[in-house]
Amino acid sequence: MWWARLKALIVKELLAVLRDPKGRTILIGPPIIQLLVFSYAATLEVKNVDLIVLNRDAGHWSQELVQEIGGSPTFRRIGFAMSPGEVRQAIDAQRVLAALEIGPGFSRDIEAGRPAKVQVILDGRRSNASQIVSGYLGRIVATLAARTPAGERAVSDAVRVEARNWFNPNLTYQWFMVPNLVASIALLIGLIVTALSVARERELGTFDQLIVSPLRTHEILLGKLIPPMMIGLFHITIYILAAVFVFGVPLRGSLFLLYGSAVFYLAAVVGIGLFISALSMTQQQAILGAFLFMVPAMLLSGFATPIENMPGWLQPVTFINPLRYFLVIVKGVFLKDLPLAEVARQTAPLLLIALVTLSAAAWLFRRRLE
Amino acid sequence: MIVARPSRKSRGGGSRRFAALVRKEIYQIIRDPSSILIAFVLPMILLFLFGYGVSLDTTRTRIGLVVEDETPLTRDLAASFEASRYFAVIEGRHRRDFEDDLVLGRVRGLVVIPASFAADLAAGREPTVQVLVDGTDPNTANFVLNYAQGAIANWERQRSNEGLANPPAIAAEQRFWFNAELTSRNFLVPGSIAIVMTLVGTLLTSLVVAREWERGTMEAMMATPVSAAELLAGKLLPYFILGLTSMTLCVLIAVFLFDVPFRGSVVALYVLSAAFLMPALGQGLLISAVTKNQFLASQLALISGFLPAFLLSGFLFEINSMPTVIQWITYVVPARYLIPSLQTVFLAGDIWPMFAQAITVMLLIGSIFFALAARNTRKRIS
Repeated sequence: MWWARLKALIVKELLAVLRDPKGRTILIGPPIIQLLVFSYAATLEVKNVDLIVLNRDAGHWSQELVQEIGGSPTFRRIGFAMSPGEVRQAIDAQRVLAALEIGPGFSRDIEAGRPAKVQVILDGRRSNASQIVSGYLGRIVATLAARTPAGERAVSDAVRVEARNWFNPNLTYQWFMVPNLVASIALLIGLIVTALSVARERELGTFDQLIVSPLRTHEILLGKLIPPMMIGLFHITIYILAAVFVFGVPLRGSLFLLYGSAVFYLAAVVGIGLFISALSMTQQQAILGAFLFMVPAMLLSGFATPIENMPGWLQPVTFINPLRYFLVIVKGVFLKDLPLAEVARQTAPLLLIALVTLSAAAWLFRRRLE
Repeated sequence: MIVARPSRKSRGGGSRRFAALVRKEIYQIIRDPSSILIAFVLPMILLFLFGYGVSLDTTRTRIGLVVEDETPLTRDLAASFEASRYFAVIEGRHRRDFEDDLVLGRVRGLVVIPASFAADLAAGREPTVQVLVDGTDPNTANFVLNYAQGAIANWERQRSNEGLANPPAIAAEQRFWFNAELTSRNFLVPGSIAIVMTLVGTLLTSLVVAREWERGTMEAMMATPVSAAELLAGKLLPYFILGLTSMTLCVLIAVFLFDVPFRGSVVALYVLSAAFLMPALGQGLLISAVTKNQFLASQLALISGFLPAFLLSGFLFEINSMPTVIQWITYVVPARYLIPSLQTVFLAGDIWPMFAQAITVMLLIGSIFFALAARNTRKRIS
């Protein structure tokens, strides 16, 4: 009996979202486009860098340095400046990210076995890219230094750094980005669909009809909880397929663990969405409320920047953010074969968030009833 | 709630009519808590997050350090890792001790000084240090490697100063212009101001106008003697002012709370912002005219306005590193032109040739959006 009632409500909810062709398009098209565009666009790798060289040295060592840089795949165009003023202009107008100044005594110093110097100027307005480029240039300079007469003598006691990357040997950026997007886009969709479902009914006045129907509060809540979760799981499935088959992200852990925790994640997300919509009186408020939660949730999740980079007093705020936990799970299951115990440890807070927000939403609905 | 006084056609009051329209919009903004939310509360939260929360500066990254053989020499090298301000070091004897920590993300990387290190160095056999990093976050992985190399280079420099080792044959001296300390806040905060203006210009405007379409008040207004151009201008002027106001608030916070340097002129700041609000408002108007529905408008504003301003503008991710097709898409994202200019106004000063180009393109994109919006609005009435 109660199941039939609940089923009717779920069908009605799904229809409300999917009936409208524009609504249908917006739920399916953009998330997939986002996944494709953003996973290619959002890269902190630095490629195609333009560089300008001010070479005051006549010897062949400076030529060699420039050639060495030109041969690196990171750099796209190398321009030559005649004066420091030209260097300044090129950097000011962001025509280049970096400039290299080689002094007149460069080759002479090298031939004489004296330590030689080059100056690297980088655009601090793009400090992240600049830092990475400075690392690359440092390595190119070190390679050249090892070939100089003094370098050949010193090479024996220079410390060699042997670098190895675990879980992602070539540091492929998409292996990082796609699992992150799986979790974030599910948050985006889940939150908006849920936040609107109650607010729309309130605005149209059908929520009161729902409340006076034979449905009990928890049934209404379940009816509002399950359809967005179904939509969310549908999206997660598409993204996982795309991650594996389009982007070639290795799925090293258990798919079962991933789906198991995804259910709790979506319950937490939808719980938050229902709580927001229980608080808001109009659709506009619900949309903005969802947005107000979503932006900090994205930024304080460890997606854009690691949580441990944040100041100590801000880190506890991330504890109430479901994305924070699910990101660890998705990335962990995909790349690290995260063990069951750890997945459970990250899922427990999700369950707690879901319980708290759903009870709060139920309380708010019931209060409205009285 | 609508116009305070009906316009009197006899006195030709075009400007009065316009003033009434603007007044009506201003009342609506002031009375609607959600406008205040988008224009003031959300910007503060965003700025706050970018000022404190989002930091690309990797400080105190937790790493494991394995010293396989304890000698004065390896102790000395280990000390240079411990002294680095980029690392929080946990020491261990075996790399096995850290394998679980790496899987669970408790450490981001592992530095191993092998047992043979001291002997290799003494014998001139290329002593090696292994750096193993967690590749699941490639950016942090790169930084860990760079900083580990930095710590080793420091140690070698110390030894060469003490006459224990040869100095490097070529030293690269680095200088970072405009932001010598490499504080990521200094470029993130100016960038986030562009995102705030996208919120006001595109998201808020599209929501408000879509609501009017939904409720039918837009048609009601069109039935009045107000011309379509007046109607649109009257709608947009208050949001234009709102956008500039919230930008001003953000700049004040950036400069006085976050100590972001401001080296350019206030004139440049306002001219750039005003030029940017054209495409932002135009896009908001176009979205509402096409969707005429709040839910769809909010989704479209999010997808075509907010997210591209975030991800396809060079704010966080380098446009040059993106695949060519995606680079083409970035050309129509207005924030792409504003963000480097804003960063320049803050950190470098007024570089007008750069600004002039940005302003021209933004106005061009703006006029295309307006033309499209006007076409879609007119079609509806006929």
